[in-house]
Formats: sequence, C-alpha cells, structure tokens
Amino acid sequence: MKLITAIIKPFRLDDVREALSATGVQGMTVTEVKGYGRQKGHTEIYRGAEYAVSFLPKIKIEIAVKSEMTDAVIEAISAKARTGQIGDGKIFVTPLEAVLRIRTGETDGDAL
Amino acid sequence: MNIEESCSMSRPRAHLLPLPHEGGGEGWGEGVFPSCAGLSPSPCPLPLKGERVKWGWRRFAIGFIATLVAAFTASTPAFAAAPKIDSGDTAWMLTSSALVLMMTIPGLALFYGGMVRKKNVLATLAQSFGATCVLTILWMIFGYSIALTPNADAATNQFIGSFNQFMLGNMGVNSVNPLAATIPESVYMFFQMTFAIITPALIAGALADRMKFSAFIWFMSLWLILVYCPIAHWVWGGGWLGSMGALDYAGGSVVHLNAGTAALITCLVLGKRVGLGSTDMAPHNLVLSVIGASLLWVGWFGFNAGSAVAANVNAGMAAAATQIATAAAACAWAGVEWIVAKKPSVLGMISGAVAGLVAITPASGFVDAQGALIVGIAAGIVCYFSAVWVKKWLGYDDALDAWGVHGVGGALGAILTGALAKNAVNSAAHGWLFDGNGHQMLVQLYDVLGTFVYCAVVTFIILKVLDAVIGLRVSREVEIEGLDINLHGETVHG
Repeated sequence: MKLITAIIKPFRLDDVREALSATGVQGMTVTEVKGYGRQKGHTEIYRGAEYAVSFLPKIKIEIAVKSEMTDAVIEAISAKARTGQIGDGKIFVTPLEAVLRIRTGETDGDAL
Repeated sequence: MNIEESCSMSRPRAHLLPLPHEGGGEGWGEGVFPSCAGLSPSPCPLPLKGERVKWGWRRFAIGFIATLVAAFTASTPAFAAAPKIDSGDTAWMLTSSALVLMMTIPGLALFYGGMVRKKNVLATLAQSFGATCVLTILWMIFGYSIALTPNADAATNQFIGSFNQFMLGNMGVNSVNPLAATIPESVYMFFQMTFAIITPALIAGALADRMKFSAFIWFMSLWLILVYCPIAHWVWGGGWLGSMGALDYAGGSVVHLNAGTAALITCLVLGKRVGLGSTDMAPHNLVLSVIGASLLWVGWFGFNAGSAVAANVNAGMAAAATQIATAAAACAWAGVEWIVAKKPSVLGMISGAVAGLVAITPASGFVDAQGALIVGIAAGIVCYFSAVWVKKWLGYDDALDAWGVHGVGGALGAILTGALAKNAVNSAAHGWLFDGNGHQMLVQLYDVLGTFVYCAVVTFIILKVLDAVIGLRVSREVEIEGLDINLHGETVHG
C-alpha cells in the first residue's frame, strides 16, 4: 500500500478529483495549505508599501491506495494538475504500513 | 417652502441667517458677498488684506483668553419665536443624520478594520464604535452648546459658543437653532452630533495598531472639546472664519483637514509601528474595506447634501457634485496607479473614492458639475502621491493614511473651493475663476492655516499630557501579540 501526497494548484482540484474517481480511487483527503518551492512567493503592493508573500496557497491531496494502483493515480494527478507553469506542485509517494476502517474494524487492503 | 426661499437656506450657515452679533459693528458679518464680484478686493466693503490678517489673529489671541472667562458666564437669552418648521427639510435632515452616523458605524469601522492586520481588527472596530458612544454623550452634555449656540458676547462669539444648551437643558420639542431655522433643534443637534462623532473617529487611521484603548477614549474626548468644537464654531457657529467668508460647505477644513492634521501629529507623537518595513502589514481583508468605503460613499450624501440643512436646490447640487467628484477621484487614483505601479488595485480605487469625497466636501453646494469633476480628478492624483510617495519620503507612519487622504484632501478641497465656487450655483459664494473674486483664495488659505495651526498645537499638547499621565502606547509585547486579545480579550476566529 502507498500513501500518495500531492501538492497542486488550487484551481486544478476539480479536474484532478474527477480523474482520480475515474481511476477507481474511493476516497481522498484535501487540505488547504500554504507553501513554496521553486516558484517562491510573490509581491503585494498596498498604497505603495510592498510586502513579499513567501507562502502561496496550495491544495494538498492525500490518497491511500493499493500498490498496483500507484502508477495510475500518479499519472492521473500529474496529467490533470499540470499547467506547464512554475508552481504546478509535487507528488510524494510513501509506503503505508497499515490501514484500519474504524466503523467495521477491517484492515489494510479491505479498508481502502 | 418654495424654491427661491429655500435657495437662500444654504451654507455658510453663519451668513444667511441672522445671528445676534451681526450688524454689531463687526464689519466681518458682511463677508465677501454680495458685492465682491470685482477682480480686486477693493470694491468690497472690507478692510485691506493686511488689516484683515492682523484683525483675525489679534482677535484669535484676545478672544481665547476672553473665552475662558466669558464662556462660563455669558449665555444668550432664549431664542426668538421659531420660524415655521418645514416638514420636507425635517424629513431630509433626519435621513441625513442617520446616513452620516452610518458613515462611522459601520462605514469607517469596516474601512479601517479591513486594512489592519487580523490581530488588530476588533481593536480598530472598537475605536469607531467606542468613539461613537462616548462622543455622543459629550456632545449632549456641552459639545453642541459650545460649538453651535451663539454666545451673547459678540467678541467671545468669534471663538466659542455659549453654555446655553448645557445638558441640552433648553432644547424643547419646539425649539429651533437660528443656524437651522426650518428644522427642530433636536434634529439639528443630532445632525451635527454625527459630524462630531466621525471627525475624531477619522484620526484612528493614523494611530492604528499601537494605541491604548483608554488613551484613545481620553484623546477622542479631549480633542472633541478642545479642537473640534472651537473650530466648528469658528466656521459654522458664527465665529471668525465663517464671518471672514471662508467657504466650507460640509467640513473640508472643520472635519477632514482638522482630523487629518490631528492624525499627522498623533502618528508623529506615537512613533512607528513595531516592525514597520520588515514585517508583513498587508491589509487582512480588503473586502471589509470595500464595504466600508462604499458605506462611506452612500452616507456622504447625508454629509454633503445634508449640509444644505434643507431639502432644497443646494442639497440637490451638492449630491450631484459629490457623486461626480467621488467617481472621478477613484478613476484618477486607480489610473495613476495603473501607470506607475502597472496594476489598478482595489485599495487604490476605494482610497481614491474616499479622497474624492473628502475634497468635494467643502466645495459641494458651491461648485457645478464641471467644478466637481475637476475637484475629483485633482483629489485622486494629489492624494495618491501624498499617501504613497510623500509618506515614504518623510517616513512618518500614518498607518491607514488619515493625513494623506483626509488632511491633504481636505486642504486641497478647501483651496479648490475658493477657485471653483460659483455665485450662479450658490448666492453665498463668490469664487475666483468664475466670479473674479481672487480674494476668496486668500480667505480659504486662512481657513486652512488657521485650522492646521490650531489643531496641530492643541492636539500635540493633549497627546503630551495624556502620555505623561496615562501613557499613549501599548507595550511592545502587546503590540506584537495583537491588540484584540490584549486590550479586549477577544479575537476573530475563522
């Protein structure tokens, strides 16, 4: 099992969610986050006073999947989140040791 | 009331309605009209310019000493039988009063509240709301009386009113103030009260993020009594500036230059906010500011058109001029910003609108539509450079640009009023460009300088005394952590 964590531009979320549903992903967790990578931040100007805004709003998607689905999920996210502009985000894949569905007590593959 | 009668019921209030001191050998009661249409001041039944200056400033000095004594002893006899109350005028002035109150709460509160950081938003709202409550009571106790009731002693009346309406004790349902003869005194007192509320509240823009609430309330209270009330009397209550013929329809100098000057002094005395230039002080929610600025805009029709103190032709022209100048100033500010900074900002649009409202305030009711357009464009451009460039050059921390917009815009409007006032629009005015009365420019300059100097000096003294007695500024720790939690025990969630 893998935990796939994707940081994407907020306005790509709907397309990404649809593509993930199409690949058979049953659920996901979405968080509004702030951060920066190579894009750095931007500058805002209020009545001539400039402020550097380092952390930009992004969306973090977390999905737990069976290992065999990993490539399809990564493909779906990267295809839909890509604009070609700097700041499109990143995908992290980490091994997942255990899963438990709280309601039924099912574990691991059955719980996904 | 028919149109011709109502036409004469306009600002400056002191001229057009009989006051006890007029015709008392003052000379100034005749003002700059009705015979000053010539190119030079010589046709005017007035002393020469040099004498005028001496007269004004000598009186200024003598009068204030006399005031301290006389204001406590003299009071006018009960007013003469009231003229007929006009239901149309009364209805409009009730409406205007509510509109002007709306300018402060929630208009100004939201305008300023959106521009501060999130940790200080409640403290900023508390300043507008707290000022509204405290200043209402002070205006009731004696503010109205010393500002807008005539003093029996003509010399004293040049500087301060009477205590005749202490605690509004002589305000019955049928009483009328001679400055507003067609509406009940209760309505006139309430209308002027809303001006006395918003003027000190405007100062809060300069002291945002760092003043103690206790010091703020004390400052507002003392400033109302020692600065606003005397200056309102000078211009509108029958005092020396109004008698001299200064044109200030709705408060360009009395309200905006006055509050702006106090704002400048306050931010100089307080010093800069901790972290200015190094920490992010971007407005936390400009949506609030847009709502606030829009409420200010709508409420301003009560402010300017209401200053006709009647539902008449002057009120109509003042409303039209206000709308035109405001829109023009917003376009001008955002336009300059578009050229200079490459993007027209939302904050720029609403700042420009407020600058236009400020600058048209003294001129509305005296200028025509074209004049209003000029005032608006000038206000947008000049206030942009004052708030964005001059502040940076000189380095004072006028946090929300109370001086840059209200002080500069008010002074600009007062000067432009002298240039663009048109006798054809208002019989009380003879301007420079259309009526050839260049002398009006000088009078407007006195108006600006008199307000600036008096306000600056007294504001400085009030602040220094308060600083010594209770302290003006919060501690560095409180300022960094935020005023909301430390001064009011609350924070904004979500």
